[in-house]
Amino acid sequence: MTNSTFSRRRASARERRLAGTERPMWMGRPSPAVQALKAVVLTLACVLVILPFIAVISTSLSDEETVRQAGGFVLWTTEPTFAAYQQIFSGGVVTRSVLVSTGVTLVGTLISIVTTVALAYGLARPKTLGAKPLLMTVLFTLLFAPGLIPSYLMVKELGLIDSYWALILPVCVNAFNVIVVRSFFMDIPQELIDSARIDGASEFTILNRIILPLSRAVIAVVSLFYAVGYWNAFFNAVLYLNDNSKWPLQLVLRTFVVQGQTYQQSLDGSIPPPQAALQMAILVISIVPILIVYPFLQKHFAKGMLTGAVKG
Amino acid sequence: MSNIKTSSLADPARTQGQQTGPGPQAEARGPARTKSTFRARLRTDWPLLLLAAPGILLILAFHYVPLLGNVIAFKDYQPFIGIWDSPWVGFENFTVLFNGDAAFMRALGNTLIILLLQVVLVFPAPIALALLLNSLISNRVKQWVQSILYLPHFMSWVIVVAIFQQMLGGGGLLNSMLRSADMATVSIIGNPDLFKALITSQVIWKDTGWATILFLAALAGIDQSLHEAAAVDGASPWRRIWHVTLPGLRGLIILLLILRLGDALTVGFEQIILQQQHVGLEVSEVLDTYVFNNGVIGGAWGVSAAVGLVKGIVGLALVLGANKIAHMFGERGVYQS
Repeated sequence: MTNSTFSRRRASARERRLAGTERPMWMGRPSPAVQALKAVVLTLACVLVILPFIAVISTSLSDEETVRQAGGFVLWTTEPTFAAYQQIFSGGVVTRSVLVSTGVTLVGTLISIVTTVALAYGLARPKTLGAKPLLMTVLFTLLFAPGLIPSYLMVKELGLIDSYWALILPVCVNAFNVIVVRSFFMDIPQELIDSARIDGASEFTILNRIILPLSRAVIAVVSLFYAVGYWNAFFNAVLYLNDNSKWPLQLVLRTFVVQGQTYQQSLDGSIPPPQAALQMAILVISIVPILIVYPFLQKHFAKGMLTGAVKG
Repeated sequence: MSNIKTSSLADPARTQGQQTGPGPQAEARGPARTKSTFRARLRTDWPLLLLAAPGILLILAFHYVPLLGNVIAFKDYQPFIGIWDSPWVGFENFTVLFNGDAAFMRALGNTLIILLLQVVLVFPAPIALALLLNSLISNRVKQWVQSILYLPHFMSWVIVVAIFQQMLGGGGLLNSMLRSADMATVSIIGNPDLFKALITSQVIWKDTGWATILFLAALAGIDQSLHEAAAVDGASPWRRIWHVTLPGLRGLIILLLILRLGDALTVGFEQIILQQQHVGLEVSEVLDTYVFNNGVIGGAWGVSAAVGLVKGIVGLALVLGANKIAHMFGERGVYQS
């Protein structure tokens, strides 16, 4: 499996027939009633998913008057205003938490991907000394979790309470991701590695010059796996961060939106944006990074997940 | 890629070979390799071991050492004197639980009810959706629908809970629409009677689309000539689903059910802890939240750790047991020994 087949599926003739708009002769045409039912079900499902996002974005862009007329929630706003965003980005708790979340996501993803790739490569050849027991060590973590209390006490013993490292190190290496990367490495033709070794390349050179350039797609996918995980992580912060000035965005979101605490208005005398708009703006900020990477996620995650699920 | 995927779903021997690494040939060569001394192998393999080291160390530190930390389930842990100096109490932490502590029984009961709801309502949803998507002829429509329905999977639980509150809450979209239509409003968020239905619908909203991926892959792996033969023999579409499609999915369904069993006592921890304050513990306390509320918040470390430990062991035993049963019925299960 090379780079191009990972990112772009090469459809076989059968798949093309299945995927295409051609209906196999034996299949027969479903009755209009069945077709209508299918259309209704799928449309309804899509509306149920999309509608909340549209409503949330619309409300975040509404002013006081629009919110009041709509009775608290705006489905579609005609005159968008960015006042709510200006308010929450003019310093204060949300701004800080966005910085915290961004920092933890970037640093965490970097550490995660480096250790994951290194571990996957170290375990990619079954004949390596100790590869089998080490692989079992990794896989067992998928079967048995140590439990909340001992994990918490471990982090506490290491003195990581109220440290951002508590959000990164415990979730840094994910066995599932190691398996995805490892199975990709194992599909790289052995001849490439052998020929480099005959030319005198060390393991590190092989990894650096041959394996990594061939694996850009899978590394990008797994990095996004990790990045989405770090960005969305919520409970570790509840557990390990007592100091609420260190809270990441998800916790701030919980405070102001789920628990409905009133967001502090600025006191410069201008008409403040409505509370609903502020809340929804915080929600939108936490969604937007996911939406930005979503096209890429959607394209590659399915394959990454299948690789992991089938081979893991 | 897709070839590998479908063929390995269909071909256990091949997947097995990829899982455990060395195939029959490698094992035949095995004895010759193992004769080379440990030191010689270390000399050639040290760079690989060095690369693996940081990841292994992190896994040891945050999975295996805490596993040992479960000893506090057998101790009267006091934070001031530390794990090692806390006195042993044997199974005292466990007896408190299994003598039917009311709070524990409540958590267990809620967990089992939610588990039942999720197996009955959440598990079949992606199968139905995958069948529906698979029956679409237009590839473009299929991809659009998939793009939309996969999206919620990537949202955090905080976002999902927030969105549900905004849609269904007292001042939410649904109620403002009902009000503007002069109809009675409904109380969904914060209504203890509807809590279990609410969290089940959240799981369906978030993950049904994404969960179709595996089923769609398995559907693509079903031999079309089977469908064709059945159709030629006069089987209706429904009969084809029953006699061709569902048997083709059986292996995957069993695999996923076994994996779900391993998590049987884990029902939406983040999701529930976020909403607990709105409905109270009576309907929302599950085992995981019990461990958190009693241990980390309440300071009953030993008892909570004991509950967590029992939960982990039960999950592991369920997976191993279910896998064994699957083997006895000639299914592949999760792994083969």
